[in-house]
Amino acid sequence: MSIIIAIVALGGLTLLLAIMLIVANKKLYVYEDPRIDKVEDMLPHANCGACGYPGCRPFAEALVHEKSLPSKCTVSTDEGRQSIAEFLGVDIGIEEKLVARLACAGGTNVAVNRAQYVGIQSCQAAALVSGGGKGCFWGCLGYGDCEVVCDFDAINMDENGLPIVDTEKCTACGDCVEVCPKDLFSIQPISNKLWVACKNLEHGEALLEDCQVGCTACGKCAMDAGALITMKNNLPVINYADNHNTQKPIQRCPTGAIVWLEDSGLVVKGKESRKIIRKGARLKENT
Amino acid sequence: MNTESLGTIFLNACLVNNFVLAYFLGICPFLGVSGKMETATKMGGAVMFVMLISSMCAYGIHAFLISIGAPFLQLISYIVVIASTVQLVEMFIKKISPVLFRSLGIFLPLITTNCAILGVALFQTNKDYGFLESIIYALGAGAGFTLALVLIAGLREQLDFADVPKVSKGTALTLFIAGILSLCFMGFAGLGA
Repeated sequence: MSIIIAIVALGGLTLLLAIMLIVANKKLYVYEDPRIDKVEDMLPHANCGACGYPGCRPFAEALVHEKSLPSKCTVSTDEGRQSIAEFLGVDIGIEEKLVARLACAGGTNVAVNRAQYVGIQSCQAAALVSGGGKGCFWGCLGYGDCEVVCDFDAINMDENGLPIVDTEKCTACGDCVEVCPKDLFSIQPISNKLWVACKNLEHGEALLEDCQVGCTACGKCAMDAGALITMKNNLPVINYADNHNTQKPIQRCPTGAIVWLEDSGLVVKGKESRKIIRKGARLKENT
Repeated sequence: MNTESLGTIFLNACLVNNFVLAYFLGICPFLGVSGKMETATKMGGAVMFVMLISSMCAYGIHAFLISIGAPFLQLISYIVVIASTVQLVEMFIKKISPVLFRSLGIFLPLITTNCAILGVALFQTNKDYGFLESIIYALGAGAGFTLALVLIAGLREQLDFADVPKVSKGTALTLFIAGILSLCFMGFAGLGA
């Protein structure tokens, strides 16, 4: 008798659950455009986020729904972008190349340390210990967290402990912007060649003790620049909406805090700034 | 019928008889998904939800099986119900939040084989809990599971920076922490039954 009860009860239960699942499957069915998979295969699978979407798959969805354009993917090659545009029958779009730019020039040759940091060789760890050992509180700590986090091998630390961005390889994914504890990186259009390579808020002599190439807030660059440059919090702010294709401000800068960045990676500084004596890195007491 | 108050039931399931650290149920996600705080909390939430649903179903099924005089079907019915609940939850999450669906990945269907969930269903039947008590018991168990997962995830995130001997790196260290956490939770034993 109990065998029949068992068979009937369990059979009924499973039948009930099966019907429920079938109904749910019909009701909750999610239609996925088969083109999304194909477009995702065409993308580089870097999942870097430079396009503004969390990864390649959400970007592929946006492309299929025509919410974005293939040129937003900065990692693909030109052919890759072209083939996606052809596959979807959309315009490829025009996009200016963006790169990561560092707002600090204080390598170990020009900036002093106020303390010696001993511990995990990482900027984020060093920044936790009262902001790191650097004399300038705002400056690059030089342990290369950005070099490690860069998936595209576009950042390399130079001999003075400053990250150098390879604009060819940089995809403007923004990983370095996020990882830098001093917020020194920002994503800029490559045509923004006039650049303030300093972030300190000090002014005058107090700053020069810590770093030879920092902005002293003298305001010479802003004096005849009109609306292009304004001084704000002891730092010049460049208004990129204005015509910024001029090298005049860099010639006025006494320390070389404003620079001109060529596409080739060459950093042009004003004549005044060449007089600066480059010292080796040392603790403040020893200077 | 038992006489415990709802608060006691909750605390009992959450802290005193924590499913992971006192009963050692659901150890696989406890070790597998506890590497990062973010996934740990999401996993905790999903498990809690499935526990709640399956506990409600288990209450109904138990009553039904008693009425037809076949309580020996309890275990197999619970398993069937839990498996289909997880299926349902999976479809539901895929419909309302594809992002969460992708971030939970394989661990979502693996909730099916999580013994803590079957444990909740069986314990509540053994303890003869009513409907409301069952819900509170499942909530407490889920909260306890999430708590254990979050605790170990936090510790593991911190220990990534620690300088530990090479032999004890990785899984060995995780098991050490699990053991010590479990010992700590024994301290709650004085709180209740």
